[in-house]
Amino acid sequence: MKRKTTTPHERYLLGVRKRKTIIKLWQIGLLVALIGAWELFSAIGVLDVFFTSSPSRIVTTFIDLAMGGEFFYHVGVTLAECVIGFAISMLGGSVIAILLWLSDSARKVAQPYLVVLNALPKIALGPLIIIWVGAGVKAIVLMAVMICIIVTVISVLEGLCATDASKILLLRSMGAKRFQILKLAVLPSALPTFLSVAKINVGLAWVGTIMGEYLVSGAGLGYLIVYGGQVFRTDLVMTVTVTLCALAGGMYGITALAEKLWHSRDKHKRSKKIR
Amino acid sequence: MEMLSLKDVYLSYHTAEGETEALAGVTFGVEKGEFVALVGPSGCGKTTVLSAVCGLIPITSGSITLDGKAVSAPSGNVGYMLQRDTLFEWLTIEKNVWLGLKVRKMLTEENKRYAHSLLVKYGLGEFARSMPEQLSGGMRQRVALIRTLAFRPKVLLLDEPFSALDYQTRIDVGDSVTEIIKQEGVTALFVTHDVTEACALADKIVVLSARPAVVKRIFDAPRSSSPNERRTDGTANDLTDAIWKELKN
Repeated sequence: MKRKTTTPHERYLLGVRKRKTIIKLWQIGLLVALIGAWELFSAIGVLDVFFTSSPSRIVTTFIDLAMGGEFFYHVGVTLAECVIGFAISMLGGSVIAILLWLSDSARKVAQPYLVVLNALPKIALGPLIIIWVGAGVKAIVLMAVMICIIVTVISVLEGLCATDASKILLLRSMGAKRFQILKLAVLPSALPTFLSVAKINVGLAWVGTIMGEYLVSGAGLGYLIVYGGQVFRTDLVMTVTVTLCALAGGMYGITALAEKLWHSRDKHKRSKKIR
Repeated sequence: MEMLSLKDVYLSYHTAEGETEALAGVTFGVEKGEFVALVGPSGCGKTTVLSAVCGLIPITSGSITLDGKAVSAPSGNVGYMLQRDTLFEWLTIEKNVWLGLKVRKMLTEENKRYAHSLLVKYGLGEFARSMPEQLSGGMRQRVALIRTLAFRPKVLLLDEPFSALDYQTRIDVGDSVTEIIKQEGVTALFVTHDVTEACALADKIVVLSARPAVVKRIFDAPRSSSPNERRTDGTANDLTDAIWKELKN
């Protein structure tokens, strides 16, 4: 058999791929080990399934809930609330950040308010939210918005203000007005920040939605968790929690993919360096 | 005919710490099509002169006129080339070159063709659709120059545009940029801390004093010779010695 020869660079690439594979295997292995240990200790009675449930019971509960049909209605309600809250926060927060960028004075006036609002535990506003908009979907969406919007304003504003000063100077020397500077230099420069904020807000929007559902809901995954807790159905609580993990992961994945697509949109053009 | 004229220009900055006088009666002129270098000690106010000519900062007294009209705010009649090339990394080379045209709402098909012709003329035509990061430092500086030329400014201001480049590239790019400026007949005011570079490239060298800046002396360079000829025949060295003496006084 002919021995395959490899160049040092091929060996280097092989090493990189090997390391990546090992890390992936560790990530999957750790999850499998944890689930396996959980199942084993539940089966032999080390863990009390009344308190901790077990992976097999979660699967059974999930199948039962899915067969019932109502589960996907709850998933849909929570997903819709979360996506609406996320969208309003991203859009509203970005618009506020742009307005604050446009006015130095307004930015300076708003600074301490943003700091205080960011530090405020939003759950404290729960009763007020119910008084303002009623105990319905609006209150849940508002809770999600409250949690995400200040982070959006602060982070997007930071991104806008971090625009390379020499680019702004160049445009000013060309006679550009403030809106032209915003459109041509500031917004494109801040786009990576906007995408990073979107990734952070995916998690925060879920926190806000579930918190809102704990407070006021009649449907949704948060409602199912509260219900499951009240009637001591840990299987239901665990199943809904796992479903939430999957949904949050999926939404984060979509946002991360959008970011990846943005960064690689000209990759084919950039692949060749000209010297 | 003087394209750019500074007469007795005074300029002061105000900060919380107090008032800083940057320019104290700067007077000199730049003829149409002339390439003038501005040299002086570090921090003397060379870039301040450019900012004032551009209309980015108001002068305290005196006058700055561009093509006979007083400069009071950025008008778009000035092309500014900064220390770094400042290419917009998310735009193609072609779109970077259109930037000034876009700002001035002059992005017509005719102007696009003119901008493209400049790219072709100076060896960058095939890179029109490339991204800035694909180009070398020297090529990027040429693109930055073409971007300022594309909207046909009345005067070109260059603020140490080669200082970020390594020595060899700096000489190459300096020579080619000067050649482009001469070929296009553009009036240019060039700030540099490198006296040798000024002596090799410029038609006239204005020497500024330490802050607050005044014009100490204006030197004329032999206009017929190329930058390389000036470096090799000793002209640039003689001029450099004379300017160094002036700066030390």
